[in-house]
Amino acid sequence: MFEKYPKEQRYTLAMLQDLQKEYGYIPREKLLELSQYLDIPLSKLYSIATFYKALSLTPKGKNTIKVCDGTACHIRSSKSLLDEIENTLGIKPGETTKDGKFSLEIVNCLGSCAIAPVMVINDKYYGKMTSSKVREILKEYGGADDE
Amino acid sequence: MMNRTVYVCCGTGCLANNSMDVYKELKRLIEEYEVDADVKTIVKSTGCNGLCEKGPLVKIEPDNICYSKVKASDAEEIVKKTLINGDIVNRLLIFDTAQGKKVISHKDTDFYKCQQKIALRNIGEIDPGNIDDYIERGGYEALRKVLFHMIPDDVISEIEKSGLRGRGGGGFPTGRKWRQCYSIDNFPKYVICNGDEGDPGAFMDRSILEGDPNTVIEGMIICAYSIKSHSGFIYIRDEYALALKNMDCALRQARERGYLGRNIMNSGFDFDIEIVRGGGAFVCGESTALMQSIEGNVGEPRAKYIHSVEKGLWGQPTVLNNVETWANIPEIIMKGSDWFNSIGTENSKGTKVFSLVGKVKNTGLVEIPMGTTLRELVFKIGGGIIGDRKFKAVQSGGPSGGCIPESLMDLPVDFDTLKNIGSMMGSGGMIVMDERTCMVDVARYYINFLSEESCGKCVACREGIKRMLEILTDICNGKGSEEDLDLLENLCHTVEEASLCGLGKTAPNPVLTTLKYFKDEYYAHIRDKRCPAGVCPELTEYEIDEKLCKSCGLCAKNCPASAIRGEKGKPYHINIESCVKCGNCIDSCRFNAVGVKKGARL
Repeated sequence: MFEKYPKEQRYTLAMLQDLQKEYGYIPREKLLELSQYLDIPLSKLYSIATFYKALSLTPKGKNTIKVCDGTACHIRSSKSLLDEIENTLGIKPGETTKDGKFSLEIVNCLGSCAIAPVMVINDKYYGKMTSSKVREILKEYGGADDE
Repeated sequence: MMNRTVYVCCGTGCLANNSMDVYKELKRLIEEYEVDADVKTIVKSTGCNGLCEKGPLVKIEPDNICYSKVKASDAEEIVKKTLINGDIVNRLLIFDTAQGKKVISHKDTDFYKCQQKIALRNIGEIDPGNIDDYIERGGYEALRKVLFHMIPDDVISEIEKSGLRGRGGGGFPTGRKWRQCYSIDNFPKYVICNGDEGDPGAFMDRSILEGDPNTVIEGMIICAYSIKSHSGFIYIRDEYALALKNMDCALRQARERGYLGRNIMNSGFDFDIEIVRGGGAFVCGESTALMQSIEGNVGEPRAKYIHSVEKGLWGQPTVLNNVETWANIPEIIMKGSDWFNSIGTENSKGTKVFSLVGKVKNTGLVEIPMGTTLRELVFKIGGGIIGDRKFKAVQSGGPSGGCIPESLMDLPVDFDTLKNIGSMMGSGGMIVMDERTCMVDVARYYINFLSEESCGKCVACREGIKRMLEILTDICNGKGSEEDLDLLENLCHTVEEASLCGLGKTAPNPVLTTLKYFKDEYYAHIRDKRCPAGVCPELTEYEIDEKLCKSCGLCAKNCPASAIRGEKGKPYHINIESCVKCGNCIDSCRFNAVGVKKGARL
């Protein structure tokens, strides 16, 4: 999958992003392969992979939940969404559920401030969220068990 | 034959409210009912109209009708009533709070009336996926004028005379930047569009990239021609999926039509643009860090004693401007610098796009002439505070900006005024805060954001911000002391002085402005161990006013912790032990009976 890019340093980030998309994280072997392909030291790739938020070195769950904590969402209590997710799925931001179904992330502003607070599951946006809506949406993804 | 066009807003805000379904349903029904019989009806998906609060929006032209909060199930009524019979569906019209009635056209609302659109001129009026729409509205005419009737020197003079200043935050005169780069005899040169809009609470650039990508492309080609560059980059945040898609499509179409690539419009001038996806690092919005990122490095800023116009990308002369700046260029070329110069204040010309968000009624994207007062922006265009609560502050300039109190609301919005009061223009986020927003928590929020986003190169920024965060967290948790405030201010000045780039230099702004204008809230947290806004959980207790409670039970229903109990006919009560202090009860009560307990806690 590297072949479509020329062997130039400036494509490093794009290639890492492709890996992230393909695997949901950047596997160690692939990072090694990339290091050989571009002839860039592994340490340098590691520093790039850990610097950018879009990249992750650990596997993510099947569904990625992103809760926006941009300013507009923050003052419209995005925290209560996080609390609700923690209650329902038992994960904190940065964690993945044991069954590998969900990962939870906090993101800084998705630019959808007008419909704050915002939650995104995979690529679907949910605006004007409340804790009770969170529960219902998680159910659709097979997350919240009926109590 | 008369044409009728139905515009369905498909900006990110409306898409989240399922506007794509509305678009598909309208399209299907129009074909099914053969509305085309005597009037040709076209359905178009457009970029963001700005009034996201009321989305999805559907506009019908030339009838000048605008429907709000449209669902796919409303499509049939719109087609039958409006498109076939020419009647208006009353229930879908926008309710204008200022006039207290429904209006047929969105243009009749205060939200739109007070605006003047230059950078956003096409957004909502065109399908961003179709270059013909852009051309139909005069697109690429400015490029034609420049390529065939102006020499580079003239182009730069025109931009200089217009008084345009960079819309990315710093406000550096755009013409001067181009002139400096033009005068350097070192090739190749590069042109960059900064679309790494990382400010929380801002989405101006996203809307332009999504809704009118061609204007950015045209602006960049005009600059490239005047500084003799042949290669450009557009750096877009990876989070902005739709912007990336629309820009990619626009670049492709521009190339097909000969506006981009080799021998542009047969003028002999070559220029092409590549998209670079950002990696989700706020600091990459800083110009030198962004260039590092394009080169394939970690995005760390460098000292700017050598300007990017001299040594920028790969050490070559580079002009970098923000998305909104680029969007202004074609209009200035077409209408002339005198026209642009006539708008705005003495040192801030033209208009500025703001994302008006937070606790304001009409949230969305607005473009206003420089010099409009903050009060007009928040109360007239924004329609005031949600639930008519008390206004507290408006925060401008993103994490590096400041909080502006009520007393300064009559000041005009421009680069210099905002700077003088300790805030800044920034890229244009305007976050409105009401009495339920805790200013200490806001300061902590921004400092927390910046502590995570600091790249770590400068000690003062990396360590100083962390210490500030610790102090602020202590205050929010009721563990602060009055000496902390002096220490905090001291740290602010050190970080300001000893940091290399804009991130560190401006990081203390949110703390300094809240300390300056809202010191009483800090004192309430420290002395009374009480959070007046009822936000900081450790320092908050809610109570229900027995006299005001109508025992409707709405608060209990909305309480996620089941902490509210009561029965019909008797006032409800909050069990403090199990209350999680989310504030749902306060927000849901229609009788203002739930509030934050007054008086010192300890």
